[in-house]
Amino acid sequence: MSAAPRVASLRSNRIGSWLDREDVLGYILIAPVSIIVLGFLAYPFCFALWLSLTDKVIGGDPTFIGFRNYEHIWQNGIFQTAVRNTILFTAAAIPLKLVLGLCLALLLNEKLSFRKAFRSAVLLPWIVPTVLSCMAWLWMFNPNFSVLNYIIAQLGLGRGVRWLTDPNMALVSVIIVNAWRGIPFYAITLLAGMQAIPTELYEATAIDGANRWQRFRHVTLPLVMPILLITLLLSTIGTFSDFAVVYSLTGGGPMNATQVLSTYAASTALGAGRFGEGAAISLTMFPFLLVMLVWEVRWLARRATA
Amino acid sequence: MAGPAGDRVSATIKMIPRRMARRRWLGRVDVALRLYLPLTLITVFLLAPFYWMAITAFKPNSELYSGTISPLWVWNPTLEHFTELFARTPFFTWTKNSFVISTVSTGLALLFGVPAGYAMARLRFRGRNAIGLAIFATYLIPGTLLFLPMHQIVNRLGLLDSPFALVVVYPTFLTPFCAWLMAGYFKTIPAELEDCARVDGCSRLGAIWRIAIPLATPGILSAAIFAFTASWNEFLYALTLVTSSDLRTLPLGIVAALLNSDALPWGKLMAGALLGSIPVAFVYSFFVEHYARGLTSGAIKG
Repeated sequence: MSAAPRVASLRSNRIGSWLDREDVLGYILIAPVSIIVLGFLAYPFCFALWLSLTDKVIGGDPTFIGFRNYEHIWQNGIFQTAVRNTILFTAAAIPLKLVLGLCLALLLNEKLSFRKAFRSAVLLPWIVPTVLSCMAWLWMFNPNFSVLNYIIAQLGLGRGVRWLTDPNMALVSVIIVNAWRGIPFYAITLLAGMQAIPTELYEATAIDGANRWQRFRHVTLPLVMPILLITLLLSTIGTFSDFAVVYSLTGGGPMNATQVLSTYAASTALGAGRFGEGAAISLTMFPFLLVMLVWEVRWLARRATA
Repeated sequence: MAGPAGDRVSATIKMIPRRMARRRWLGRVDVALRLYLPLTLITVFLLAPFYWMAITAFKPNSELYSGTISPLWVWNPTLEHFTELFARTPFFTWTKNSFVISTVSTGLALLFGVPAGYAMARLRFRGRNAIGLAIFATYLIPGTLLFLPMHQIVNRLGLLDSPFALVVVYPTFLTPFCAWLMAGYFKTIPAELEDCARVDGCSRLGAIWRIAIPLATPGILSAAIFAFTASWNEFLYALTLVTSSDLRTLPLGIVAALLNSDALPWGKLMAGALLGSIPVAFVYSFFVEHYARGLTSGAIKG
């Protein structure tokens, strides 16, 4: 009579105890992410590798052509320019962001009036959609109505700068905007790291008579180093593969002077319709990213065992 | 005690307040030069484009394109750029698109990412470290490396230029990120609380639902803020996967619609940029504390 409910409750108990097993629950909870990682990241990656070995054009069927795309881009002058620009762009923007971001974090870590207001305000470049803030920069760089040139002229410093129309200056301009956007990220992460440092350490160094520089060198810097390194890693990857800033300011121009690998890949694949070649171009970024990744994982592993 | 020596002492004592006042004044100058001057310079550099964006949005065209009026201020403020933006472009459709896409992507990312983060932080099972490493690695692979195959995959699924394109793609990079961030956060919560609940007869799932999730609310909140703004601000996929103006997200809609015109309507462009920036700026001004904490708890304990 009461057998059916008992069986049901037994079964639900069995499911319950099965779910209570650490490994079973672990696999269930982690399954969706694993599917995403495999299906939407590992598969596209392999797909990109394969695409880069074909002559796939938009609307056409791919045929395997071996490494011909890579040979082709290697001899291509624009590709060489893009590699050079990507390296210059990263190598110039990262130190700028690091130095100014660190300064900003140190300043915000002091006793200040309006500290919270400052902290929220300086975060803006990082959180506002990049294309939209780049539109403001584009307007400030406008050849005819540049407010920057107006200020330069008012200060009597000359007739102004051709921000985006002069090939050399254009690269400098996109570097400035990329750095402008990245500074708050450094500042906020480093500030959080600094605020986690116990005040006793500073009191101890004060008793020992350490000056401001020694305090920074021997307390602040070593203790924010883990955060600094991870910030540097994320930022280097982001800068190396940056697309939004360059695309919305110059689109790679004038005459490829600001062409970077990401914009060149996009214009080759989606502009010119040569998907295979575009995939090959974007994959040339991978060795660099791989080096960063391995370095980071080894560093994390070392920290985990230490 | 009276005598020349005592006089000198009392004279010196009388001078102390004056000297202290002077030192305090010098200290203030020192603080101003050492702290507020560089801080102001950096802040001006960081905020100047927003000032420029804001005043441009309210300037009449006669001021915008005049060579003689000082451009640094708005002399005759007007709302014409805003009204034109609302009348001539599907601005509200873009806003709605952005809200729906960001909200759904964030919801999915949390739904998959929070349990995964918990599993990585608390449960022991074979392959946990390998999966954790894979999740971390995918977090580091930028969209610029994957957008071409993703374009092809979305195309094959028949979702290219559809309202679902971005909702399918965004969770793929938001979920690993949320999982990674939440793993870091769960590690900061003592496991003893869940053990107590388990001793009292709570199942593992019950302990997660009743103890771990409520305690992790701040972490979930920062993951949600990250995911929401990352979707709101995303550019590359929004540019390449959606081409109809009515399906675009707010940032892309504004830029794509207005950049196509021959002479750039700077007033309208800046009005749109201003309105597109306000939602995320608003979210952050409230949650900056969570943001900073989330960023580092994930980074350090990850």
